[in-house]
Amino acid sequence: MRHLLDTRTLTRDDALRILDVAEDMADTQRREVKKLPTLRGKTVVNLFFEDSTRTRISFEAAAKRLSADVINFSAKGSSVSKGESLQDTAQTLQAMGADAVVIRHGASGAPRTLATSGWITAGVVNAGDGTHEHPTQALLDAFTIRKRFFGADSRGRDLAGLRVTIVGDVLHSRVARSNVWLLTTLGAAVTLVAPPTLVPQDVSAWPVRIRYDLDEAIADEPDALMMLRIQAERMNAAYFPTEREYSRRWGLDAARLGRLSADSIVMHPGPMNRGLEISADAADSPRSTVLEQVTNGVSVRMAALYLLLAGERTRAGEDGR
Amino acid sequence: MSTRTVLHEADIARALTRISHEILESNRGPEGLVILGIPTRGVNLAQRIGALVTEFGGRSIPVGALDVTMYRDDLHRNPTRAPQPTEIPAGGIDGKTVVLVDDVLFSGRSIRAALDALQDIGRPAAVRLAILVDRGHRELPIRPDFVGKNLPSAREERVNVRLADVDGIEEVTIES
Amino acid sequence: MSETILIRGARIHDQAAAGRPADLLIDGGRIVEVGAGLSRAGARVIDADGLIALPGLVDLHTHLREPGYEASETILSGSRAAAAGGYTAVFAMPNTSPVADTAGVVEQELALGEAAGYVTVQPIGAVTVGQKGERLAELGAMASSRARVRVFSDDGFCVWDPLIMRRALEYVKAFDGVIAQHAQDPRLTEGAQMNEGTVSAELGLTGWPAVAEESIIARDVLLAEHVGSRLHVCHLSTAGSVDIIRWAKKRGIAVTAEVTPHHLLLTEELVRGYDARYKVNPPLRREQDVQAVREGLADGTIDIVATDHAPHPAEAKACEWQAAANGMVGLESALRVVQQAMVDTGLLGWDDVARVMSTTPARIGRLDGHGTPLTVGEAASLTLYDPTPVRPFGRSDLHGRSANSPYLERELPGEVRWTLHRGTVTVADGALREIGVNA
Repeated sequence: MRHLLDTRTLTRDDALRILDVAEDMADTQRREVKKLPTLRGKTVVNLFFEDSTRTRISFEAAAKRLSADVINFSAKGSSVSKGESLQDTAQTLQAMGADAVVIRHGASGAPRTLATSGWITAGVVNAGDGTHEHPTQALLDAFTIRKRFFGADSRGRDLAGLRVTIVGDVLHSRVARSNVWLLTTLGAAVTLVAPPTLVPQDVSAWPVRIRYDLDEAIADEPDALMMLRIQAERMNAAYFPTEREYSRRWGLDAARLGRLSADSIVMHPGPMNRGLEISADAADSPRSTVLEQVTNGVSVRMAALYLLLAGERTRAGEDGR
Repeated sequence: MSTRTVLHEADIARALTRISHEILESNRGPEGLVILGIPTRGVNLAQRIGALVTEFGGRSIPVGALDVTMYRDDLHRNPTRAPQPTEIPAGGIDGKTVVLVDDVLFSGRSIRAALDALQDIGRPAAVRLAILVDRGHRELPIRPDFVGKNLPSAREERVNVRLADVDGIEEVTIES
Repeated sequence: MSETILIRGARIHDQAAAGRPADLLIDGGRIVEVGAGLSRAGARVIDADGLIALPGLVDLHTHLREPGYEASETILSGSRAAAAGGYTAVFAMPNTSPVADTAGVVEQELALGEAAGYVTVQPIGAVTVGQKGERLAELGAMASSRARVRVFSDDGFCVWDPLIMRRALEYVKAFDGVIAQHAQDPRLTEGAQMNEGTVSAELGLTGWPAVAEESIIARDVLLAEHVGSRLHVCHLSTAGSVDIIRWAKKRGIAVTAEVTPHHLLLTEELVRGYDARYKVNPPLRREQDVQAVREGLADGTIDIVATDHAPHPAEAKACEWQAAANGMVGLESALRVVQQAMVDTGLLGWDDVARVMSTTPARIGRLDGHGTPLTVGEAASLTLYDPTPVRPFGRSDLHGRSANSPYLERELPGEVRWTLHRGTVTVADGALREIGVNA
């Protein structure tokens, strides 16, 4: 795997391979010595143009547990805030010996531009680009669902037969997009729930069902209910009138939590707006996988870094971009 | 290119039986033994040796698998390898006598990787090595404790182990 | 300095003599004889066997970037690019720095164009001061200046305030002017990066909905009708816009419309790789829109092809999509793209090409001496074009200062072999000539 840019182009085989290697990684995290020597001597750069403590720390932990060296680059107060271009920033980091660049950027497509530009030879991992994709988030979500439903039998399994419902600002959510493609590739049935203003204008080609009513969606008995963070500022651009109305119509409150079927799980990529899209009851219930998602995130990111860096690096074009 | 068979099915069975007795002899009984096979074929051999040691020793012997992919020193020279599962039996390895099992011993690097992996899992009292075929050409100071067959070979020759449960037939061949 | 030139065996595509090869004798900057078997002692002979003779192309929509953005293009470099594409006149959009909203700036542009000498540079004046959309610029002063401005545009920005648009449409009637609108409702396109639709939904790029173009055009044609003015619509890009123009013309509204070569050929699918060479405003649209504008150009709903040549430096395109500038250079590739999209597909003949790329643009812009038929007495501004070769469009085909073309390495038919501007050869045998005194 030369780069990990999106789940849209991730094949079922590649997706399962990442999830299964993540199982091995997760196993090592239960040992006394959690470190593996596998990526010793490799350097991973976290190139974060957007603030994100959680994702950056997760990638940092993943790289360190594989004994890689980690360099953190955050855009605030750096040369980028003085107008340095993406090209110059990336080439500077490569000149310092980066083998992999984990990039989070506010512009959709920036990781692909970085990977295909010819500016660097390092492997590129997309840690979230604009409103486009966040592939490792979707992978850790799929890993979490698989683990909860299949436990020790998870290895090699896909998510066929499971129903996943994603609720929130789909229009602006890279987590939603990545999950739509990956969950579908793994055989799950996906439903999206949002106010009509927060669904992209034309999703007719998406392999999903769209609903505007959360109660109806819950009556369909989803196996996993994934709540997305809503940005309150969106009401200033007229996407919904007030936080109160959003919460009433699309928030996971105690009543809706109570109507979920017995085995259903509640997911959230974090950070949560307790009381807005998800109530405290829901966030803290045994159904909630929020903390497991964080733990699984390290394992999945270890798997991604391993598959990107451990073997001999293929030349550009040999296994596609 | 010519291929000759150096071990037939019956030879392999006899070798495993002898190794199992030798393990019990050297350990003075079944106490504290844990048998870990190195994937791929080492796992099958470990299960068979474990069953035989259980039978001869009169006590159930824990058997598992130890994947060494993450500890190899040649990862960067080869296409990416997918690791196989590591299964450490319930009692762990602390204070135990771990018997590593693999099909072919060559440079010794896999065993070095296995020793590193064991070190991160726990602290065995002792580690022993059981090998079906030792073909020489060691690059590290590693030696087996229990050997099915010593098979001097030229570096360019290929030694192939096939096991019934994995490959459908049971034989060891050498190709030159 | 014009020579005596004898063009032999060209296929002239004006209405009278469609298809038959003819000779043209040029002297003193004019066509003095048209016939067969012509000769003139001392004349420079151009062998035009197999070449199509078109009146010099006229681009109603070019960005020459001077004054203010000379790193991307100058009037000289842009004129050279135009000549290489078979053009003999270009209308220069006013989004320069300073904006061309006064007689002084437009006269300066005119002078620079004359000094360059490759093509006639006709300045376009801004509609509003600084193109801010708040107050009318001194349109009359620009019209009366040496630059004789007749086309006014805030291109780059939409004249959004309906009252300002109405006043502008009314005001320019006094001097036979026309407002050229960049139709884009700014409120519906805040932060927009590409066409709004299935591709934008997938790529996570903010959409530029077709309705933001169509709603402005619908409003403006009704305003033009109400006040009895001419209206010109820039770079029309959607099927819905074509329908609105068709409706308006049926009603007798004096509206004209242009389409760019890239909107005749390229679709939004090209955006999938986030390659900013394909980032343009209005954005590349769907396949259905490409088909609709092709049909619109073929049936006369869309009157002309205009390049919207928009040079940008390398760093404005070699970056992430969101940070990239909008625009493509297009002067050198225009005729070849039109051949591929319209002539080779049977939608236009070469007569039609002359009409949509030369005669009609000159008429809309009220520019004399261009887009004239290739007949005796008319100015010798023409281009000789070979439609037969097919080869990739390359860096060596670009003659401006910028290289942001979406066609690099793409196979395109045709080649401009000769261009004459008022009897002066600007392109000879496929290569740009160096012309005497340049500014």
